[in-house]
Amino acid sequence: LTTATETLSRPTLGEGFAAFFRSPRAVPYLLLLPAIIVILAVVLVPLVVSFWTSFTNYNLTKPDTLYNFIGLRNYQRLLGNEEFWWAFGRTFMFITISLNLEMVLGLGLALLVNKITFGQRTLRTIMMFPMMFSPILVGFQFKYIFNDSIGLVNNALFDLGIISQPIPWLVDGTLANFSIIFAEIWMSTSIFAILLLAGLMALPKEPIEAAKVDGCNPFQVFRHITLPFLMPFVFIAMTIRSLDVARAYDMIRIMTNGGPAGRTELLWTLMTRTGYQNSQMGMANAMGYVSIILSIVFTFYFYRKLTAARTFMGGAQ
Amino acid sequence: MSQNHLTIEKPWQRWLIRFGIFIAMAILTVPGLWVVLTAFRPNIEVLARPAVWIPQNPTLDNFARLFGLSPAQQGLPVAQYFINSLVISLTSTLVAVLIGMAGGYAFARYRFRGKATLFLGFMLSRTVPGVALSLPLFIIWARLGIIDTSFGLILVYMAINIPFTIWLTDGFFRQIPVDLSEAAQIDGCTPWQAFWKIEFPLARSGLASAAIFAFLTSWNEYALASQLTRTTASKTMPVGLMDFTAQFTVDWTGMSAMAVLIIIPALVLTFIVQKHLIAGLTFGGVK
Repeated sequence: LTTATETLSRPTLGEGFAAFFRSPRAVPYLLLLPAIIVILAVVLVPLVVSFWTSFTNYNLTKPDTLYNFIGLRNYQRLLGNEEFWWAFGRTFMFITISLNLEMVLGLGLALLVNKITFGQRTLRTIMMFPMMFSPILVGFQFKYIFNDSIGLVNNALFDLGIISQPIPWLVDGTLANFSIIFAEIWMSTSIFAILLLAGLMALPKEPIEAAKVDGCNPFQVFRHITLPFLMPFVFIAMTIRSLDVARAYDMIRIMTNGGPAGRTELLWTLMTRTGYQNSQMGMANAMGYVSIILSIVFTFYFYRKLTAARTFMGGAQ
Repeated sequence: MSQNHLTIEKPWQRWLIRFGIFIAMAILTVPGLWVVLTAFRPNIEVLARPAVWIPQNPTLDNFARLFGLSPAQQGLPVAQYFINSLVISLTSTLVAVLIGMAGGYAFARYRFRGKATLFLGFMLSRTVPGVALSLPLFIIWARLGIIDTSFGLILVYMAINIPFTIWLTDGFFRQIPVDLSEAAQIDGCTPWQAFWKIEFPLARSGLASAAIFAFLTSWNEYALASQLTRTTASKTMPVGLMDFTAQFTVDWTGMSAMAVLIIIPALVLTFIVQKHLIAGLTFGGVK
């Protein structure tokens, strides 16, 4: 990142360097300098450290092992580790399923709210409710609500006479996966709904009315006019969401912490277990890198789509 | 409000829409309300069978317990956690918005070499999952001796919030015509004065939304805080919430009361500036 500054000035002398920093060309770099320094210190340097660590068998209990280079052995062991592959696959599925469902449900909710003319502001305020929740609160809330003996869901089902045995929402493997995805969707559908609603409100009316006059049915209008117009909003929401998709860790940490018997183990929970509980920092950092790459791939994909959609919309730059 | 005058819904369609909205809103609000309700219940009521739906003996005992005001049980240092959370979130938000604003301004107003790469770099830095980042930070912070200090956490939250602030403010500054600042400079303002007198006030709603997002992120963060804090010296509210879970038991009412304490500041703040929030999210991104 810093190379941009250096190549631009090409300071054969210290003097040239000083002159550059006094010239107007330097202004944007100076403005960005604090941001660059912070990111360098808190993200980039740690990433280098964690990259190095992933090639050692660093163990928290034995500080000297930080300099114990073992090559690709951590990665080799990961690739041959079934537990890791399950966690990887589960994480991938978790992200894919929840992002898609959030998008569909958010779109549905936005379309519904857009039809309402009275009290729309109140509805929008209610929709923002889950956005303020800390993921760990969402986790706690659903741990409580899905609790098999005192949870709201089972209590309601009991009192309605639908079940006579408690449903083990968080104790059964499949149901636990359903529960964490439900919690994730509860937490993040609002972001999609709010952004898409803003998109719907900005929707120009002329093309729609023209299409109706030409005999398009509501579905065709939606498919060929509304949806293409909404796409940039969808991609913004997707980009924002994939930026912080890993905050689901907090929620899962408190709900199941990877249990029962590892059935909801995602990369993130497996990583902390390996690093902090088993002290195998080297191995944990190797997993960390895999998770970082996974996040970057998701974000980059949507970011590209967003830039393409923006250009299509004729937005700035 | 976009109202479509050409389609007139039939009554059954209108009721279907209302029903759908009712269900959706119920799903969004009931879990939270249930937790709030639990915060005011005695523990016996939570464990009762058959379930007690409406609180029979509402009590403030759970909150009293949190602050050590109840004789029955020793209090947790929740007041200290609250102060830590507040100090850490406010400081990191303030600094992140200042630094991010400078960066956003640079991206919005200047052309320079490496601009696109730098922008992408900032965005990618935000992509790194907190859990993954916590591993090396834990190692480094421990060696630097800033583990379990507010400073250590403030630094981390600054870094998390700067990229998003840059993204939002960039969008907002780009909407403000350059001419305004130029006109002010012709009239004798320095660029510095022109910024604070003309462009800063115009970008205020963007900055407000950036600040809210930064505050909410710091206030709610758990993954990094749980590893970088140890004691009352720096533990934040979300980390403190886990104090209530022992190996096999969970103090449901205590946790609910704590949950209420965590949600209230976020709720109040968000409702005050919700207009800016939506504007920030949408227009920072699209335009």
